[in-house]
Amino acid sequence: MSNLTDITPLRWLMRNPIWGFVLLVFIFFSLMSDHFFDYRNFQNILVQTSTIGLIALGMTLVMINGNIDLSVGATLALAAAFAVDVQSWAMFATWGNWQILPAVCLALLVGLLMGAINGFIVWKTGVDAFIVTLGAMLGIRGLVFVYTGESSFYAMNFAYSDFSALSVGPLPVLAVIFLVCTLIVHLVLSRTVHGRNTYAVGGNREAAVNAGIRVGPHMMVNFMIIGFLAALSGVLLSTQMGAATPNLGRDYELWVITAVVLGGTKLTGGKGDIIGTLGGVLAIGILRNGMNLMQVPAFYVYVILGSILIAVLFLDKRFNRTEDGGLRL
Amino acid sequence: MLLNRLKAGGPAIAKQGILVAFILFMIVFSFMSDRFLTPDNIMSVFRQSAIIGVMALGVTIVVIGGNLDLSVGSMLSFATVLVVDLHDKVGPELAIPIMVLATLCLGAINGFLIGILRLNSLIVTLGMLSAIQGLVLIYSGGQNVDIVDQRGTWFAIFGRGSVLGIAAPIIIFGLLAILFHVIMTTTPFGRKVYAVGGNPTASVFSGIPRSRIVFTTYLISALCVAVAAIILGSRVMGSQNNVGQGYELQVLAAVILGGTSLLGGAGSILKTVLGVLMLAFIQNGLILMGQPYYTQWLVTWVVIIVAVWLDVAAKRGRLFSPIA
Repeated sequence: MSNLTDITPLRWLMRNPIWGFVLLVFIFFSLMSDHFFDYRNFQNILVQTSTIGLIALGMTLVMINGNIDLSVGATLALAAAFAVDVQSWAMFATWGNWQILPAVCLALLVGLLMGAINGFIVWKTGVDAFIVTLGAMLGIRGLVFVYTGESSFYAMNFAYSDFSALSVGPLPVLAVIFLVCTLIVHLVLSRTVHGRNTYAVGGNREAAVNAGIRVGPHMMVNFMIIGFLAALSGVLLSTQMGAATPNLGRDYELWVITAVVLGGTKLTGGKGDIIGTLGGVLAIGILRNGMNLMQVPAFYVYVILGSILIAVLFLDKRFNRTEDGGLRL
Repeated sequence: MLLNRLKAGGPAIAKQGILVAFILFMIVFSFMSDRFLTPDNIMSVFRQSAIIGVMALGVTIVVIGGNLDLSVGSMLSFATVLVVDLHDKVGPELAIPIMVLATLCLGAINGFLIGILRLNSLIVTLGMLSAIQGLVLIYSGGQNVDIVDQRGTWFAIFGRGSVLGIAAPIIIFGLLAILFHVIMTTTPFGRKVYAVGGNPTASVFSGIPRSRIVFTTYLISALCVAVAAIILGSRVMGSQNNVGQGYELQVLAAVILGGTSLLGGAGSILKTVLGVLMLAFIQNGLILMGQPYYTQWLVTWVVIIVAVWLDVAAKRGRLFSPIA
């Protein structure tokens, strides 16, 4: 019995190999760079990863469902544009710092709405989520360009751009928001009926229908969650820059999917968890940060990331030969 | 009402849905703008669509084989930067074969990982998208490249030349489309691609070398990207290092619009050409009507979803999905 408890952390690591990788790159960069092992830098990493991390939480739910969402980068840009633009509307001119409140609320609502549109189309038409969100990715990005007139918005209210510099105790407020969201989504996925249904729908949709789960609305809720998180991520990103550019969040869907797949979530659905996703997000964050500190040109990060993604897929196939691995689209 | 229509007269029309939609669009746009249906305008739309079109031909074959290729955008950046950069260093007669070979190597990596190792094509090509983009940036050092002597090089014919008044990109696109159409409809290779995409297991049992077929589809896709890069490099005579960014999705949109199923095993080269042209005409028509450039993306969103929806609905015989 004691033998078994001794082995548990190791076994946990076997089931979540990404955390082993996180540990490895962490030790590597601590040894290689003088500036890496520093509390200020850890804060930095958490803030930098919060943008992609928030979306990755939602993507985990959607991918466990057996769906995918390619439109998150565009949703992020749309929400950021709303958040920055609405606070300078004339009707809120006398609100002082309170003008930020309706702006952020509207931005988050827009995210929810975009997710709802995607989810509703997937539910009602039965068209695959890949195609639906691919269309939405182009369409929402078009919406961003039309809405912003292809120019950037700048936040006139400095309270907005100062927000990201705030700290809660020892942690930056952006990191706190990310960690709290991670905890909430983790609890939803592991402790609630909705979470259990998420696995059921992704694992065997027919069985889920027979078990009385309303699959359509269920998937729509998950699309709304990822829309909301993408919007939140967009708002936080725009507070960091004090601005919103129409190209914001381009390629983010690729980073997010990379993080989630690194975290062990299966594209075929039914498998995955938030702990793995957190590991995947941190792995990417530490890698980007560490290579920056070692003054590796940013270009190499792309190559290394792509190679790691393919390597993970290869290893996963080698060691878990349970399915054919063909993507069901 | 619509439901009954779909059931009764549906199959014949639904099969040609893209053609019907295409004609409808053309009629609407020609009423909205005088300049839309003029030979000059039609020719310029054809010419503009050639680059995406050539890439879409290759991607169609990959998708019919049951896989995806998201790396074509980065690959286009890679090939264009390479051919333009080498043009001034070793001359066009060497630059073109070197670039084609290098691009084929990238295609071979895709083909090896997906065809031989049987890894998931979405993730592999996603990884390749990122890796190749990195390669381009490393190669060019983040700089844009261009050809110094733009007037005195025969390299210009691919993008700027014309034969009998027809622009060279259109001729290249047209010839390739006919070639691939013939290959896919009349040769054993074409039939095998359909078989592999339609039912991989059954195809293996009938003695079709699945791995080799999938490998070849990625080589074809890379070859198409190389041709597109020659057209693009020759027309622009220079290249940004992220010139192909986002192309993979527009290409995929055209392929999907052409009715090629992402499940594999179904689709046609000629319908992809229709899909490409339809997207190009939508873009052109909206601009002629004075709409902002990016309105076309909004319209594309609606068009793609409606097109695929009707396709799916015709197959299952009811408009809405039966899932509760």
